[in-house]
Amino acid sequence: MNILQHITNGISLGSLYALIAIGYTMVYGILRLINFAHGDIFMLGAYITYYGVLFTPIPWWIVFILAAVVTGIIGLLLEKLAYKPLRGSPRITILISAIGASFFLENLGIVVFGGRPKAFPTPDVFNKVINIRGVSTGLVTFIIPIVTVLLLIALTYFITKTKTGMAMRALSKDYETASLMGININRIISITFFIGSFLAAVGGIMWGIKFPQLMPLMGVMPGLKCFIAAVIGGIGNITGAVIGGFILGLGEILLVALLPGLTGYRDAFAFVLLILILLIKPTGLMGEKIAEKV
Amino acid sequence: MRNKKIILSLIGIIATGILLFILGNVLDTYKIRILNLCGIYIILGLSMNLINGFTGLFSLGHAGFMAIGAYTVAILTMSVPMKELNFFMKPMVPFLANLEWSFFPALIMAGLISALVGFLIGAPVLKLTDDYLAIATLGFSEIIRVVFINIQSITNGALGLKGIPSNTNLWWSWGTAVFTIIFIGLLMEGSYGKAFKAIREDEIAARSMGIDLFKHKVMSFTIGSFFAGVGGGLLAALLGTIDPTMFKFALTFNILLIVVLGGMGNIKGTVISAIVITIAMEALRFLDESINLGFMTIQGIPGMRMVIFSIILMLVVIFKKDGLLKSNLKDVRRNYAKNR
Repeated sequence: MNILQHITNGISLGSLYALIAIGYTMVYGILRLINFAHGDIFMLGAYITYYGVLFTPIPWWIVFILAAVVTGIIGLLLEKLAYKPLRGSPRITILISAIGASFFLENLGIVVFGGRPKAFPTPDVFNKVINIRGVSTGLVTFIIPIVTVLLLIALTYFITKTKTGMAMRALSKDYETASLMGININRIISITFFIGSFLAAVGGIMWGIKFPQLMPLMGVMPGLKCFIAAVIGGIGNITGAVIGGFILGLGEILLVALLPGLTGYRDAFAFVLLILILLIKPTGLMGEKIAEKV
Repeated sequence: MRNKKIILSLIGIIATGILLFILGNVLDTYKIRILNLCGIYIILGLSMNLINGFTGLFSLGHAGFMAIGAYTVAILTMSVPMKELNFFMKPMVPFLANLEWSFFPALIMAGLISALVGFLIGAPVLKLTDDYLAIATLGFSEIIRVVFINIQSITNGALGLKGIPSNTNLWWSWGTAVFTIIFIGLLMEGSYGKAFKAIREDEIAARSMGIDLFKHKVMSFTIGSFFAGVGGGLLAALLGTIDPTMFKFALTFNILLIVVLGGMGNIKGTVISAIVITIAMEALRFLDESINLGFMTIQGIPGMRMVIFSIILMLVVIFKKDGLLKSNLKDVRRNYAKNR
């Protein structure tokens, strides 16, 4: 194991974090809501793929795409059921609803999928081990960052060049004014949730390939960590979320690699980082300062 | 008016005492255990309500403070040979291994250490606003848990502690619950309580009225942590065994459920919902386990119980909406209009 190997692993983990963090940051940007259930949407994405690959005759790559779309729709429905009725209520109320939704999905997962871990049916292509300059690792470690970058390019195009993307940015800049300008808020919010959940599902599928063990509670820790990644990057900012994801992924892997004595504290690393960031620069690395209005 | 209130409270306390005495003699061990849990959840619900409901700070770190309290009581009250039996992987720090306190000082210590940690955490974190605060406190409770897993020579790591003397009985749990109700009730009547509520209603207005926001927030958080620690300590002495996985976010969720259903910033409501939810949690346990009816077995579905509770929580939140936070502003305005 050399340092290059660790960095490769870190980048691959960081890309997964980045994909999930984008969903958090987009939702927060528009609704100012921590979507606590986002980590559980990620879990659903992985499980839907599992059942799709094992119990349908559809080729795996189509299942992957379908699963991501279905998960996206679930995310959209989640917003309609749990968050939309509360629009305009105090933020704490919506936050409690989000916590309730997250708990609901986790326990529904236990009821429907069973508490026992399931082995993810990884297509053989991904298991190929490749060796580049002494770094030997599964093909998936390289595929994850590539997929992430491709999706990011598509997302950036969508947000900067299309009309819907422009409406999205307008909403996150100024919710009230944007709604007065004839933007269909419900549609934009639905699209935001769809995209966020779609990306989380892609993250979930690739997570399943890299760590092939599915559990109903598998989304809790990555969910929390990715929210932290979004905060580190400056919440509401998509580039920031990606940078935050990479900082967290690389930092975590390197912490374990360079200081093996702290391996047990791996899960605490993200939280320590969060608290440091909040104390030093609460708006995150790329965030803008918002003045307090009376 | 005031005298009447005191007399009513005294009657309430005496009635509770008599009721507990009767129940303690009538009920079987299992039911007494649930009754104990009710008392403990009243303490925990009130302590979270002080922070979240009365002061309007959204903290999700309760499980962490409970863990601190539970481990303090466990380590201080366990007998020396019991400790040796528990710590077979790695010997305990000698300073702690030879301690053996009685229950009351251990419980106070649990509260104090928890409050100290709450103070140390609160001082930097309470500068944050609502959802950042929620995630930061959640993070701290997770860090506390990870630390407890890793400091094996003090907490016995992931193995947990077994054989904690079961000191908690109805008098301890309900006595502390009554004390907590009275303490928080008096606190909220006094000037500090008024300041807490003012902060909840409008931070900027409170600040312009000369209320030191930071001081009051830290104070509410520290008092809340104290009672959370005491509640955790009582819980440890009731259950007899503790381990770090107990103090996951799910525990905070249970208390949040009590606070939300009872009404944010409502003492009576919290007490009632603590009792109802604790009993309901036990009564619905059959959903998770299979029941044998003699001629057939109904298969339980693990997780079903919490599905129901999370649906209840979401329904309450969605239908109560703005009424979730008990706001006094409306009453005050009405009274003002009447008196003018």
